[in-house]
Amino acid sequence: MAQYKMHLLVCGGTGCRASQSEEIIKNLNTEIKNLGLENDAQVVTTGCFGFCEKGPIVKIVPDNTFYTQVKPEDCEEIVREHILKGRKVTRLLYEDPETHKHVEDSKHMGFYQKQLRIALRNCGFIDPENIDEYIARDGYAAIAKIFESMTPQQAIDEIKKSGLRGRGGGGFPTGLKWEIASKNSADQKYVVCNADEGDPGAFMDRSILEGDPHSVIEAMAICGYCIGATKGLVYIRAEYPLAIKRLQTAIKQAREYGLLGNDIMDSGFDFDIELKYGAGAFVCGEETSLIHSMEGLRGEPTVKPPFPAEKGYKGKPTNVNNVETFANVPVIYLKGADWYNKIGTEKSKGTKVFALAGKINNVGLIEVPMGITLREVIFEIGGGIKNGKKFKAVQTGGPSGGCLTEKHLDTPIDFDNLIASGSMMGSGGMIVMDEDDCMVSMAKFYLEFTVEESCGKCAPCRIGNKRLHEILEKICAGKGTEDDLEYLENLSKVIKDTSLCGLGQTSPNPVLSTLENFYDEYLSHVKERRCIAGSCKALKLYTIISDKCTGCTACTRACPVGAITGEKRQPHVIDADKCIRCGACYDKCKFTAIHVQ
Amino acid sequence: MSTTFKIQESHIKTIHDICDSFNNDPGELINVLHKCQGEFGYLPEDVQREIASKMKISVAKVYGVVSFYSFFTMTPKGRHAISVCMGTACYVRGAEKVVDEFKSQLSIKVGGVTEDGKFSLDCLRCVGACGLAPVVLIGEKVYGRVEPHQVKDILAEYND
Repeated sequence: MAQYKMHLLVCGGTGCRASQSEEIIKNLNTEIKNLGLENDAQVVTTGCFGFCEKGPIVKIVPDNTFYTQVKPEDCEEIVREHILKGRKVTRLLYEDPETHKHVEDSKHMGFYQKQLRIALRNCGFIDPENIDEYIARDGYAAIAKIFESMTPQQAIDEIKKSGLRGRGGGGFPTGLKWEIASKNSADQKYVVCNADEGDPGAFMDRSILEGDPHSVIEAMAICGYCIGATKGLVYIRAEYPLAIKRLQTAIKQAREYGLLGNDIMDSGFDFDIELKYGAGAFVCGEETSLIHSMEGLRGEPTVKPPFPAEKGYKGKPTNVNNVETFANVPVIYLKGADWYNKIGTEKSKGTKVFALAGKINNVGLIEVPMGITLREVIFEIGGGIKNGKKFKAVQTGGPSGGCLTEKHLDTPIDFDNLIASGSMMGSGGMIVMDEDDCMVSMAKFYLEFTVEESCGKCAPCRIGNKRLHEILEKICAGKGTEDDLEYLENLSKVIKDTSLCGLGQTSPNPVLSTLENFYDEYLSHVKERRCIAGSCKALKLYTIISDKCTGCTACTRACPVGAITGEKRQPHVIDADKCIRCGACYDKCKFTAIHVQ
Repeated sequence: MSTTFKIQESHIKTIHDICDSFNNDPGELINVLHKCQGEFGYLPEDVQREIASKMKISVAKVYGVVSFYSFFTMTPKGRHAISVCMGTACYVRGAEKVVDEFKSQLSIKVGGVTEDGKFSLDCLRCVGACGLAPVVLIGEKVYGRVEPHQVKDILAEYND
């Protein structure tokens, strides 16, 4: 392999590709060629750097210069100045929002300082379509070490000792899961990777598959060795075309290198991987549903036991793990369980990847040690709330989770603390909300999702969630009563207690946690017919500020229902009973005399 | 919408080839449907009947799977399929207002197609480009940080 002085890493993840990163790669290559620098610098298409807010990103190593929001026309300057003359292009460097100074390299960016990247270790570092780069970063060394020195049971013990828990939401100890599957004997067993990331607002699995597919392949082979399975299946969303393509490329390369197939590394162990496509059903994140979907059926859950470890895909013992869980596995063997279990809290070891999104300055993908506080995540890594607004809540765990508020900001994040606070880890979506977001509307939004995604098997989930959604709609329309709030709570508890699978058992969580933390907001909706955040259209109160009103009559003419009256050149008045809250007067007024509450 | 799809001999051959490529294994039904939808753009009733008879499973079973998964559709899409991301990140950054604007500009509902068959409008759950929220996809092209007032200009790009 040629030795280059500099590497220009360009993010080729879905987000950055949407903002012309392919064009950037092309231009950088052209410019390098024009200046005859082909032997000095190399452009590498990598996976996601995580800092999606300021994409597309171009990172230059070894000096770690981090250029943000690069445009195709900036490429000439980057190559001429930085690569040829060694001068950084200051205007493209990340600007610290507080000091307004340009940050020289990624190591000094607040976004990266508190992060610890284990599952994302290679994302944004290597070319995911080149197996050699993965191998150069100790790729496939973990499985080699296991073949050389460990029995399957010893390998399982190592994972057990590491304390790794499932990252898909449940948090079940991974080592224990493997052990159960290994003890069930059968002529054929399966390893399944759950890459059906259906949680809206979460994209960590996609980023890992796009940025470091080999780590998942290696881990699946390790799991196969441990439990005695020779077949692996990746259940992946059809909506992720880039991840599918990268995974297919990686599987092909691994086969060519003899790292998948028969007699891997002369160990006598056979293992191969096949892709199965999902077709858009949130419930398929549940193990039994996922397995039915892989069998070509409707993705409806079935009663456990039997657990997949006993009777799974095609009735054979099956071990299902999530993408992020697998991505942690190879490192545990390389650095040792004792290294891994020192990171994190007592019962939640290691790190967690979160997709930070919503009303926050630094939207992106982050990986932090368990036990970090929400405050550190939101205000230090996330750079605080957008447009200087006030923090209101953060939603974790997606449609199955709940809202955490100001009082939870200093709680260390781990599986158990989040559940104790009325939310859950989930797959790692973290949506930040500010004072303009109405919590009743948020609960309604999630319920809308659950109603659509309920598979329809259990009545409490199919009908109950629909009723919850109707009540929330009623409240947002200003027609709710106090009795509705009690009904919401009772019905939520019934749905939780009587649904079969994880979807139904957790679907009322957004309602319960907002009721618990924002009861006043619900009350003002039903008692005062007021939405504090000002987001429920039907509850907006339009009034005219008489000091500002010139009596131009523009609003009177705009109002479709004749709710505004007043003499010419005299302040006008809106009749709240007649007003249909359409906002036409607000749009027409040139004197900002219309006040919306 | 009434489907005007009439199945032809050539269609039947395509369907049979797809089914054969998966050995007519009912366990591969979802993969077969993916391929067929890729071929025809959607899965009209006749196509489902043909798949069922070829794979020797009931039409009810095929229809059950088609109607269960949101990726499969029984109505044809417009020449330019508009999908507005309604993931949580896009939602809190105002995706709903963007959808409303598309609805009023095109005078269609979500899930509908314009009369000339040019545009169809759908909502989808998270494309994973949350940094660009709110996100709109038209065909394969991604539009990031879309504001309602830009909708008119975006639609004007498609003057075929």
